[in-house]
Amino acid sequence: MGMTMTQKILAAHAGLDHVEAGQLISAKLDIVLGNDITTPVAVNEFKKAGFDSVFDKDRVAIVLDHFVPNKDIKAAEQSKTCREFACAHCVSHFYDVGKMGIEHALLPEQGVVTAGDCIIGADSHTCTYGALGAFSTGVGSTDMAAGMATGMAWFKVPSAIRFHLTGKLPPSCSGKDVILTIIGKIGVDGALYKSMEFTGEGVRTLSMDDRLCICNMAIEAGAKNGVFPVDEVTLAYLKGRSEREPVVYAADEDAVYEKTIDVDLSAIVPTVACPHLPENTRPASALHDVRIDQVVIGSCTNGRLEDMEAAYTILKGRQIAPGVRCIIIPGTMQILRECVERSWYTAFIDAGAVVSTPTCGPCLGGYMGILAAGERCVATTNRNFVGRMGHVKSEVYLASPHTAAASALAGYITEYREG
Amino acid sequence: MNTQGKVFKYPDNVDTDVIIPARHLNTPDAQELAQHCMEDIDADYVRKVRPGDVMVAGWNFGCGSSREHAPLVIKTCGTGCVIAKSFARIFYRNAINIGLPILECEAAAQEIEAGDEVSVDFDTGVITDVTTGKTYQAQPFPPFIQNIIRCGGLLNSLKEGVRHE
Repeated sequence: MGMTMTQKILAAHAGLDHVEAGQLISAKLDIVLGNDITTPVAVNEFKKAGFDSVFDKDRVAIVLDHFVPNKDIKAAEQSKTCREFACAHCVSHFYDVGKMGIEHALLPEQGVVTAGDCIIGADSHTCTYGALGAFSTGVGSTDMAAGMATGMAWFKVPSAIRFHLTGKLPPSCSGKDVILTIIGKIGVDGALYKSMEFTGEGVRTLSMDDRLCICNMAIEAGAKNGVFPVDEVTLAYLKGRSEREPVVYAADEDAVYEKTIDVDLSAIVPTVACPHLPENTRPASALHDVRIDQVVIGSCTNGRLEDMEAAYTILKGRQIAPGVRCIIIPGTMQILRECVERSWYTAFIDAGAVVSTPTCGPCLGGYMGILAAGERCVATTNRNFVGRMGHVKSEVYLASPHTAAASALAGYITEYREG
Repeated sequence: MNTQGKVFKYPDNVDTDVIIPARHLNTPDAQELAQHCMEDIDADYVRKVRPGDVMVAGWNFGCGSSREHAPLVIKTCGTGCVIAKSFARIFYRNAINIGLPILECEAAAQEIEAGDEVSVDFDTGVITDVTTGKTYQAQPFPPFIQNIIRCGGLLNSLKEGVRHE
């Protein structure tokens, strides 16, 4: 019986010729990741268990991104815990203010993660790196502590759902519309415990930023991981970037999938997930009566260069609607710098938006754009749960950067129309 | 191992943002965090819960963020067990890793009512609704996971493993 791409990567890291769905394995880890919220808990567990060293200082990544620059004294203490741990263990991939970015925008950009890797991260959106052809999944702080100490983690080998992509996206759409459409179709537990494997001739039409966005939200369908095959787009992205040699795995011809879902990219429309679940999707064109107070363009889902470019294309020379606060957060310092160099930053300010240094901030209701009772926000983030961005009576509508920027100009939810 | 207590009932898709809102995640202190357990879905939970009480919920309990703070606050405020139709995978893994007993049982999660007195035997997976007299059979943990729980969590089980090598 053939193996899926995920199963091939897991088998290789477990030192086995073959694995099958449901099997419990112990796998070697290429990268273990944590952030300023989850690392302090992991550090406590690491110390409590009596470990005195990390398994490999070059295979641990700690990124301060959720509440930095520190939003308050307690957040500062958490950052300090991370900094001291990173220093004590000579962690080479430690990213502090000035060098940091939102972890899932940063690690691919810096070449820390690559094709063929087996990665765990104490952050649910660690599934992002499947876009590079890696097995990558979110875990908790205890798993992070164990991973840092031993370089190993246990997994139950997942079965998979195959998404067969055909066609090409229309210009008003991006990866975000693809993944929102899929979650709307299968539900927030539609891929629970499973892999989402993306295949088909439509794959090559998707940019790396689209793929990173699609895999990023696999967790929003309950998936263990999302993964794309490695093609010319992947190899071009990794070239000159990847710290380690990429390893290419492909699903067997006779791999077994639980089911196959066909996705025609040319039929995708600008899609919005309404409160309070990512599965509550509607076409943006059906939501013109929803007036908004705030727009956030950023996050580990949509804070990449193409997302900033979409915002620039739509906002340049225009004005944010009166009564709307538009917050733009480039995902990494390099992306922020690009925005400055290309004069997009100026265009954002001229349109009436504010631009922040990289942070997860508002996405999880941390800071930098918290909502009051009754307020509505269109956000390019990944979750619209009750209270996610602030007051329990506030509302978050998830959308693409195109839809978010067009809505910021209109003052209500609307799709982007070219020209 | 077992627990007995009163049932608090919740719907499908209870996410980790309502279990412990991110605005409180600026501390790793379990006692401090536990003061806010379930705050955005049931502001009275922390005041009403007694040691051993049981949470019963629908599908996909614990979806969303990977924050281990979620099972940790549920455990720290005295909850004896969570029964749900299904659990989100990171929550499931985290609960085992920190030693919060959780059981998947669709029938029990469907039929048991809020306020019922329920007892749970973790070794056998038998759930008894003392109020109605009905019993339910949940899938007990596989041996691999039983070992983690027996050792008191993942890190202890790793140390045990090292000792045996």
